[in-house]
Amino acid sequence: MEPISGIWAYVAMTLKVTGIFTLVMIVVAYATLAERRVSAWIQDRRGPNRVGPFGLLQPIADGIKNILKEETLPATASRVFFVLAPMIVLVPSLVTFAVIPIAAPLPTPAGVVDMIIADVPIGILYVLALSSLAVYGVVLGGWASNNKYAFLGGLRASAQMVSYEVALGLSLIAVLMLAGNVTLTDIVWQQQQLGMWFAFPLSLAFILFVISAFAETNRLPFDMPEAESELITGYHTEYSAMKFSAFMISEFGHMVTASALMATLFLGGWDLPGSWDNAYWHEGQLISGFADDGSVILANPALWKTAATFAGFAAKTGFFLVLYIWIRWTLPRFRYDQVMALGWKVMLPTALAYVMVIAGAILFLDEVGLDWGFSYGLVLTGVSGLATFGFMFFLDRGKTISGAAVKEPQKSRVDRVPQPAALGE
Amino acid sequence: MSGAYLPLLLLFGVSILNAVGMVVTSHILNPRRDTPQKLMPYESGMIPLGSTRQRFSVKFYMVAISFIVFDLETIFLIPWAVQVRELGWSVFVAVSLFVVVLAVGLVYEWKKGGLEWG
Amino acid sequence: MVTILFYLFAAVAIGGAIGVVLAKSPVGSLLFMVTTLGAIAATFVLLEAHFLAAIQVIVYAGAIMVLFMFVIMLLNLGHDYEGDFRGGLYAIISFVVVGAIAGVIKNDLVGTQQLEATGAESIAAAVEESGVVGAIAHPLYTTYVVPFEITGILLLVAIVGAVALAKRNVT
Repeated sequence: MEPISGIWAYVAMTLKVTGIFTLVMIVVAYATLAERRVSAWIQDRRGPNRVGPFGLLQPIADGIKNILKEETLPATASRVFFVLAPMIVLVPSLVTFAVIPIAAPLPTPAGVVDMIIADVPIGILYVLALSSLAVYGVVLGGWASNNKYAFLGGLRASAQMVSYEVALGLSLIAVLMLAGNVTLTDIVWQQQQLGMWFAFPLSLAFILFVISAFAETNRLPFDMPEAESELITGYHTEYSAMKFSAFMISEFGHMVTASALMATLFLGGWDLPGSWDNAYWHEGQLISGFADDGSVILANPALWKTAATFAGFAAKTGFFLVLYIWIRWTLPRFRYDQVMALGWKVMLPTALAYVMVIAGAILFLDEVGLDWGFSYGLVLTGVSGLATFGFMFFLDRGKTISGAAVKEPQKSRVDRVPQPAALGE
Repeated sequence: MSGAYLPLLLLFGVSILNAVGMVVTSHILNPRRDTPQKLMPYESGMIPLGSTRQRFSVKFYMVAISFIVFDLETIFLIPWAVQVRELGWSVFVAVSLFVVVLAVGLVYEWKKGGLEWG
Repeated sequence: MVTILFYLFAAVAIGGAIGVVLAKSPVGSLLFMVTTLGAIAATFVLLEAHFLAAIQVIVYAGAIMVLFMFVIMLLNLGHDYEGDFRGGLYAIISFVVVGAIAGVIKNDLVGTQQLEATGAESIAAAVEESGVVGAIAHPLYTTYVVPFEITGILLLVAIVGAVALAKRNVT
């Protein structure tokens, strides 16, 4: 099977861009509904169920309402930045999805189409780059509002997001070691080759990544920037109507992308158990694996395979979306100093040590001469299991991160700017 | 290979149009009835006291600079990560040294209280 | 196509750079700076320097500019100021200096031919074998291992310096 080429490649590109973009917007809209319904079920309520059957038209009603509502523009706000911030916050959350493959390649009469918007050679680095740009919209919105609560929310958000970006990046390093390349198609392919999803051989990286992803998206238990009991709603306090909606869409867009990313990096992406669905471009051919003598086995793409793998991908992403909502109603919010201590004193050293342990284990296994495959993965699973156990044991002692009752009152060792009274503590 | 980025260009265009479109449509359609009270910053119903534009804690600066340092460390580890099996033990030792040097920096900052938040 | 895109991104980069100088508020300057850095990253992509483009955005736009933003707010530079783009002696000196630098660069570049075919081929082969990121790994950790370690020490110095400064500013 040949890859699609010529004029049809451009047609496929346009269809994929518009199709996947629309799909992401729809998922985002229904994620807001799912959040309210699942929250309601967890609290033994019914949730929004009046607009359409089971409330399914609620997101549309919300959208119409938000477009027609009155906007306010605070008199003291910096007008240009106040209007610019919702746009800046929206764009990174909507374009990050582009490098995530959503299903097995689809055969068409004109050639095989990869089910990914752009298989760029920098892959996961593109995601890192855009998530590092997400800070600006949030902090700009808080700053431009000229509202103390919004400003504090924006500051907290930016400090928290940069802190956890380090742990996020370092937990990715372990994944890249097993994948051998930075593109997400390669990461999926190596999980198919290893015979197990990276959540098992890299269990600690998985845990660190999930925690960082929660912090990056400012979701509970890390929603300090929006802590409603302290900061009203944080950085978007002054925003109303569609501008508020832009912040909401961006938050859910980040959630959807993070869920899809966790599914791709650690749960095999669109891969389903068994080797029947494996597909990868190798020297111009779509292959499903290598035979024992090193020759390639050609893949046999089909529409039903694409559909089945897409369903698998959607299920995994949906699992993480539900996990987001579930955690929200399970764990209380951290204190801000706990958030920062967890990021810098726990996650960062753990991720660094874990990267070195995994690198050592990989090199040792290669030295021993174990073949790349299921047993290789099992050994790594054992190593990671021990590391995870140690991490949990360490956290459970409650020395580095502790509740207020355990902590004896101590004088702050980092002192503060003298006058005027410091904000943002 | 930069042809692979073409769809991204299209996607950026669509997203920016979408973002601008949302804000502009809403601006055209929504009613504006401003009153002085409505345009006041909402600070829990209190009349805002003092300026928002104050200096804030130097801790945020510490966070930003630590972030730059460890972000760079991550970037330096990425090329090693994708080639770890080909590069072997000698590079493992070199990278360990690099990581240990920065770990010393982290420990120093920790001991000096640069990571404390109150 | 590539040429059109190059001029487009170059125009955005230069426009952003002019914006940095002319913007009235420091935050506006900062946003223009981010735009410029993004456009430069796009031109790196057109040059097939993919990894460089990625770290341009991650490190410069995503980390260093965040520090700038914090410093702008830390120093309370949030107000809109009058533009301070003045003419006179400073402008003349700046143009002379910039012109001299441009002249030196032009002298260096004119006459330099395209990358030799063997060089381009070896780069293409390395990228083909180990990907755009992996191709950098071998020279970085073997040939240039000493600069690599020195970078680590430089970063250590940065942390120590930041701690020292932050402790000095406080009572």
